Amino acid sequence: MSAADRRTFLKSAVGLGATTLAPGITLYAFGPAASAETAPVSAAKRWALLIDINKCPSGCDLCVSACRKENGWKSTGHAATDAQWIRKVTLRDPETGKTREAPVMCQHCANPACVDVCPTGASFKRADGIVLVDKHICIGCRYCMMACPYKARSFVHEELTDQKTNAPRGKGTVESCTFCVDRIDAGRIPACVEACAAEGGAAMTFGDLNDPKSDISKAVSAAASSQIRADLGLDPGVRYRNL
Amino acid sequence: MARASLRALAFVALIVLMGLGVGRAFAADGDASRTPVPHPPKGQGEHCVADTEFMRRNHMKMLLHERTETVHEGVRGGKFSLAGCVACHAVKGDDGKPVAFSDDRHFCRSCHSYAAVKIDCFECHASQPDVAKKSAAVQGVDGSIAALADHFRGMKP
Repeated sequence: MSAADRRTFLKSAVGLGATTLAPGITLYAFGPAASAETAPVSAAKRWALLIDINKCPSGCDLCVSACRKENGWKSTGHAATDAQWIRKVTLRDPETGKTREAPVMCQHCANPACVDVCPTGASFKRADGIVLVDKHICIGCRYCMMACPYKARSFVHEELTDQKTNAPRGKGTVESCTFCVDRIDAGRIPACVEACAAEGGAAMTFGDLNDPKSDISKAVSAAASSQIRADLGLDPGVRYRNL
Repeated sequence: MARASLRALAFVALIVLMGLGVGRAFAADGDASRTPVPHPPKGQGEHCVADTEFMRRNHMKMLLHERTETVHEGVRGGKFSLAGCVACHAVKGDDGKPVAFSDDRHFCRSCHSYAAVKIDCFECHASQPDVAKKSAAVQGVDGSIAALADHFRGMKP
């Protein structure tokens, strides 16, 4: 029995009951299968993030602190090498002196440079567009860190003991923003987006670019947005407005 | 005559009782044989995701299989998960919180220290559940298990 067959079998066996009331109307009843295995992700989705810089006030770091709290990365007292999954970057126009800030994290490129250079296959892109590090196979060579034009990845230099269950991290491996992949698989949105919407300027819109009805698809088609270093052709999944 | 038979009966009864006592002594000796065997603390649920014999031999294979499916394909909520093991088999420490892998009372260590098999799961993964739940040692339903757990707590890995 192949893996797919097994999953289908389990799903039908464990309690997804469907009742057809009338043609076209079907009632689905979820029994104890509420926590049943989820299906593998597919390329039908392309997760992406749109950040409106005009709604991102200077000095606000709600997204950064939410990410820290969710994924458990923090300062070890070595600022030069500390892990940084998301950072506020200050942009200054040299002509006018106007400054503004933008959150920058892994851009979840469609053609990720980090995946190209990884010698072990640890750096990979999931079918739904999320770029991850499989820390089981990562040897800590840090080629991906050199290849990434967004400085999005960090290396863990020190032994860790208080990791979060949802975000395993360990010495000798490279890590970066995962779009809170465990939350996405559970049907939730990333922690930064949630924090920004709840207490910040609601500058972040997260969603599926392949779904024309999603908020992010409507937003990117309604007004101009740009990618950082679009000239590199990496096609980042994180887009910015008013950059 | 009656007195003699009574005496014989008492003698037989004594022999039988002694035999029972000796038997018990041997049985006790058999239980606590000179070879120490690990007795990992009991989990919290009614039963494990598979029977004990199967888990003993195959838990590593199941974890390896599901790790690839989960990391690369996003398959979550599977029957076997490290987070599931850690949550169900949490052992409460002196401060009332589940102990970490660095503590020799940790569920995984009770066998792995015994067998001298080094595992690196907890270099990255959390060895304690995020939310403190009732852990194995607090339940104390079965006194013998608590005693065994105490015994193994006293042993150096």
